[in-house]
Amino acid sequence: MKLRSYSVAGVMLFAALAAFFLFPYNLAFLTRIFIMIILVLSLDLVLGYAGIATLGQAAMYGAGAYAAGLFAIHVWADPFAGLVVGAVAGAALAAVSGVVLMRTTGLTLIMLTIAVAQIGAEIANRMREITGGADGLRGIRPSKILGIWDFDFIGVTGYWYACAVAAFVFGLLSVIGRSPFGLSLRGVHESPERMEAIGVSVFQRRLIAYVMGGGIAGIAGALSAQITQLVSLETFSFTLSAEALIMLILGGTGRLYGAALGTVVFMTVHHLAAANDPFNWLFVIGGLVLTVVFALPSGLVALPTSLKRLSKGDRHARS
Amino acid sequence: MNLLLNIAVDGIAYGMILFMIAVGLSVTMGLMRVVNLAHGGFALMGGAIAHWLIEKGGLPFVGAAALAVLGTVAIAMPLERVIYRKIYGFGELQQVLATIGLTFLIIATIDFWLGSSLLGIPLPETLQRSVDLGFRQLTAHRMTVIVVGCLVILGLWALLERTRFGILLRAAVDNRDTASALGINTGHIYMATFALGAGLAALGGILGAELLPIDAYYPLRYMVLFLIVVAIGGLGSILGSFIAALAIGLVETAARYVLPDMATIITYTLVILFLATRPQGIMGRAS
Amino acid sequence: MQGLEVRGLSKHFGGLVVSENIDFDLPAGARKALIGPNGAGKSTFANLITGILRPSAGTIRFDGQDIGSLKEAQRVQMGIAKTFQITTLFPQLTVRENLRLPILERQGLGRRLFMRADSNRSVEAEVSALVDQFALGSLADRPVLDLAYGQQRLVEMALSLALKPKVLILDEPAAGVPSSETHLIIDAIERLPDDLAVLVIEHDMDLVFRIARSIVVLVQGRILTEGTPQEIATNAKVRELYLGGSHG
Repeated sequence: MKLRSYSVAGVMLFAALAAFFLFPYNLAFLTRIFIMIILVLSLDLVLGYAGIATLGQAAMYGAGAYAAGLFAIHVWADPFAGLVVGAVAGAALAAVSGVVLMRTTGLTLIMLTIAVAQIGAEIANRMREITGGADGLRGIRPSKILGIWDFDFIGVTGYWYACAVAAFVFGLLSVIGRSPFGLSLRGVHESPERMEAIGVSVFQRRLIAYVMGGGIAGIAGALSAQITQLVSLETFSFTLSAEALIMLILGGTGRLYGAALGTVVFMTVHHLAAANDPFNWLFVIGGLVLTVVFALPSGLVALPTSLKRLSKGDRHARS
Repeated sequence: MNLLLNIAVDGIAYGMILFMIAVGLSVTMGLMRVVNLAHGGFALMGGAIAHWLIEKGGLPFVGAAALAVLGTVAIAMPLERVIYRKIYGFGELQQVLATIGLTFLIIATIDFWLGSSLLGIPLPETLQRSVDLGFRQLTAHRMTVIVVGCLVILGLWALLERTRFGILLRAAVDNRDTASALGINTGHIYMATFALGAGLAALGGILGAELLPIDAYYPLRYMVLFLIVVAIGGLGSILGSFIAALAIGLVETAARYVLPDMATIITYTLVILFLATRPQGIMGRAS
Repeated sequence: MQGLEVRGLSKHFGGLVVSENIDFDLPAGARKALIGPNGAGKSTFANLITGILRPSAGTIRFDGQDIGSLKEAQRVQMGIAKTFQITTLFPQLTVRENLRLPILERQGLGRRLFMRADSNRSVEAEVSALVDQFALGSLADRPVLDLAYGQQRLVEMALSLALKPKVLILDEPAAGVPSSETHLIIDAIERLPDDLAVLVIEHDMDLVFRIARSIVVLVQGRILTEGTPQEIATNAKVRELYLGGSHG
């Protein structure tokens, strides 16, 4: 078990290194993958572990992005301080909305998570003097990382910075995933009635998970604000939430490396297929989603197991 | 006083549009227990087909609208059979994903066909005229919307209470397993209900194009709005959807008149607070 | 008094009376069974004791303390546990993980973030003890959904026992279990700790007569009679109820 998690970490770090040298002209895109991995990891905690069906993870991402951007412009441009501010903003929004949202389930929950993100977009749009409205928040100039590395034009610093933050989040969630709290989230996911019978407040556990996921999504948002030096209303968009969900399901829920794998595959397909025409991209993504739902319900990480079971003639392949 | 009347008339008209579009969603969600995020796509189809028939085909408004509704129904029926029927038994999340995928495909198809710009549906002369109600001037269009909305709810009521189909449908909504155990062909009921819901959504999309403008991104832009009506009304309840649609129409219209910058925020916040205190909606049964 | 003490317990749903004026004792170490035809109010009675339902009248005391107003979770923490009639486990988790969850929670470790869930010695010792007690050793690292139904019922019982209850209510522990596996359930019940107060709600008379030292017969929300298995087996009214009338 331990050996396997080390080897997974090793493979991912090697992939990061290899990508850096293989695609030196695509650093901006590769950096974006790291940011999305963090967002999708946050969703894995909330949805994959705790089973909270959300389509509004972008709300916390956007809150983190705007908070970190404004903090950098008006208070202090230090990147790590910005990440902390983003995490706090994301966690705070998750806490405030979660107090209401975590009492609901099913369709109502899904709809309210979308609504919270739309409220976020609406507020950012209306408070033009502060947020720049539809033009976006501009003028974010993060200072040197640890006072040493400046964000360079090519994006080398940004790449390794994002890689380090993603690795940190991945490590943190790996630890939490194996902890008693992580186990209790899986319990809440699988049988909330039983958790109550054990004497656990399901609402409270779900809320904690939602707030933690919100904080991590806030970090992803802050990172994107620092690296692109711009925050747009798109950070709150439904499409972002939906894409994060698709990446997670594509990779496989409840296993963190599934989130990473799904993100890499999805973003790469996006990069190759979409680029110039967003509507053609919608054809691709729509087809991709239906394929995943019908043919690969447990995600890519389950592919080897599914194939093995299939070849054995085991009919319980779908769990 | 005048302000209140304006809010009432515009709010009710807006609510009627929301009702027409969302009622099918509510019934299908209550009946098939499927989380359907693609429902706005049928309103878009209706609007897009009507736009095309009027602009390119030169058809009159009423004919184009009727054909567009029929066309949407004709698309919805095979969709129900090919995609929806397969996902009824799936988990919530799988349903969400599948219907998001479907939404993206609808958007991409409409864009491929008609482009991504606004798809106007010009109203005929008669509907643009003003009608004097004594206390205020009202466009014939608003009047038509309100009248059609009332006809739809009356028609649905008659359908549910006075026809065999209605009895079967209510039985299926109340208890799907019992219904199929009694030999009721739930498959046919599902498809008919789905098609009816899609047709009403198309009608709402066409009539409501002035309030909710039609373009390719329509299903995403108004997704939450339609889902709100369903959640507030209570899954599967026609009367609940009607009350919820009118309430939301009035609240949002009032907010637009009084505090235009805050309208969406106020409406959504009220919705969230309402659902926090009553998660099952107005007419929903507590689970 | 140690254990449960129920006096004058009644429950009405609107005009429908489902429990009426029930007096009932379950002292530490008791092995009681609650039997009665369908609709007699057995499950309602269990739900009143665990706190899922609120009584319309009457008192429930536990170790001398009035618990009538406490919530389900609070009663669990005091030591009143119940197994579910329909198996309610964590299907994707292994047997060990299923058992680890309630033990971690009981020891107040459930919200720890920076330790491994399987690293606490005393928790693991308890998990292993339960695994041994219910003879689940060979299945301990399999997901529960891979287990046969009778084995799942054992896990169900072990999970409730993991809460270290003083009172354990077994709601139809053998329901749905093939008769070839019933002995597993009976063995497990016979191995329960001596000081635990056990109440079994059950249809299977074989099982009831093998494990209960005292049997309470509930009919239409009222206690018809209470006695030893011998007394109940020879009681004319009970015989009439079970042999003469419809079989429950």
